[in-house]
Amino acid sequence: MALSTDDIRQIAHLARIGLDESAIEPLRDDLSTVLNLVEQLNAVDTAGVEPMAHPGNAELRLREDKVSEQDQRDALQAPAPATEQGYFLVPRVIE
Amino acid sequence: MYEKTLAEQSRMLANGDCSSAELTTHYLDRIARLDKELNTMVSVNADVAMEAAKRADEQRSSGTQKPLLGVPMVHKDIFCVAGGRTTCGSRMLEHFQAPYSATVVNKLNDAGMVTLGKANMDEFAMGSSNENSYFGPVKNPWQHDCVPGGSSGGSAALVAARLAPMATGTDTGGSIRQPAAFCGLTGIKPTYGRVSRYGMIAFASSLDQAGPLAISAEDCAMVLQAMAGFDERDSTSSQQAVPDFSASLNQPIEGLKIGVPEEYFSAGLDDAVATHVRAALAEFEKLGAKLVSISLPNQGLCIPAYYVVAPAEASSNLSRFDGVRFGYRCDNPVDLEDLYTRSRGEGFGAEVKRRIMIGTYALSAGYYDAYYLKAQQVRRLISNDFENAFKEVDVIAGPTTPTPAFQTGAKTDDPVAMYLNDLFTVSANLSGLPAMSLPCGEVNGLPVGLQMTGQYFDEARLLHAAHRYQQVTDWHQRMPSGIE
Repeated sequence: MALSTDDIRQIAHLARIGLDESAIEPLRDDLSTVLNLVEQLNAVDTAGVEPMAHPGNAELRLREDKVSEQDQRDALQAPAPATEQGYFLVPRVIE
Repeated sequence: MYEKTLAEQSRMLANGDCSSAELTTHYLDRIARLDKELNTMVSVNADVAMEAAKRADEQRSSGTQKPLLGVPMVHKDIFCVAGGRTTCGSRMLEHFQAPYSATVVNKLNDAGMVTLGKANMDEFAMGSSNENSYFGPVKNPWQHDCVPGGSSGGSAALVAARLAPMATGTDTGGSIRQPAAFCGLTGIKPTYGRVSRYGMIAFASSLDQAGPLAISAEDCAMVLQAMAGFDERDSTSSQQAVPDFSASLNQPIEGLKIGVPEEYFSAGLDDAVATHVRAALAEFEKLGAKLVSISLPNQGLCIPAYYVVAPAEASSNLSRFDGVRFGYRCDNPVDLEDLYTRSRGEGFGAEVKRRIMIGTYALSAGYYDAYYLKAQQVRRLISNDFENAFKEVDVIAGPTTPTPAFQTGAKTDDPVAMYLNDLFTVSANLSGLPAMSLPCGEVNGLPVGLQMTGQYFDEARLLHAAHRYQQVTDWHQRMPSGIE
């Protein structure tokens, strides 16, 4: 499957990855090559095969609904680029 | 002291033949002398290591007997260690200080191990050559113009150069076993769920597992013992009991049935690698094992299925790096969209962007069924092949990689050629089975790895068989030249 440069722009937008114009054509070629590899899967008859999301028993373990963690807001926010009074700061979104 | 295996160092410490402070000083000195050239480490913390070593020596002198007490090691820089930097090989996390430590880190600390520092790696564990690190490529100690493999390339290269007797690694598609093969080490990817992933930065959550890279199977057994076990903080952690991995190492392997998949010896496998792997299998026969020819008919679909599933999960996992809560943030964002796209565009390297974009595409509206669902169905077929094979055999053996280590730069322009390195390793991740690599030969001065895959939670049998092989061969003891 061959992707277009517009496809690459659209995928980059969905992934929220900013790209230089010069990166778009090489990415189109790389991603097309990978998709060609992946397309071998189309030839396989998978009618009635249960998809496998992860190994072993698919059931997720539940825990008792009780408090297990202490408040660590300051420690957990310490690596953030910008915080104020316990909030994460981002550029203004509402004018 | 550096020629000794971890198990030997453990016995030396127990007998009082050396102290942890001596061992730690010895390795810190080696790192200072040898690592400028190899670039295996992204951070070294000598003060913290020496304090831990002194504590270990005090504990030992007051009567504490733990096999790993005072033994030095290095963590792949994907494991969060509170109080230091955890970069995952990325500009995105160049200055990231984790607020808590990974369970694996806590467990090895509790076992008394001394952490020397953090190992270089492919960015976010995506790569098979350790050329994708923001902190520069790692050299293979056996031949400096060759890659060490990846993504645990720093871990493998540093143990091969004997800068520590053991390093942790993670394995999503072969990232412990392929570098172990390229660097002449023994490494094991345990069963999915065997080792906790809490505090281990996620790549593809249905595939990721952690394990040790060391010199021998005996070493791996000792370290895995301390790493494994249920952790309520990891929702995929298994409650399966952890056996004593060292208990049966010295038993004979008489009657062990080793499955040899015909598909592993077809096109793509280097002839010299094949010869060494066949010779290793013959050695197992001499030890009393029985070789059984088996078939894994869907082996050829492993790479295509993997390169849908892994990027899809990566695109989801790596959406957390948004320039808001932690990690890199671009300068002067004009609005929120600009903050996201530039932080991610500038913070991620080329291969990580490629994989996120492949995954984003595979999961996007209109393509989900054709790619992601299809790949999950093929994943089931691949897993069923193993289930059928294990009705007849105890373990499955073959080459770890199609070729020995390749030259730096040889495959950087062709992502698919790079991905084919994982030809024999991704199936263990797709199925969730435990698998290990151990050295079984040399081609033109570069090590060759034998891969053994076991049944779910049957790591003990793999370690046992590998140990018996290492009792009658010396490939695992060989070292690169120039590391004195």
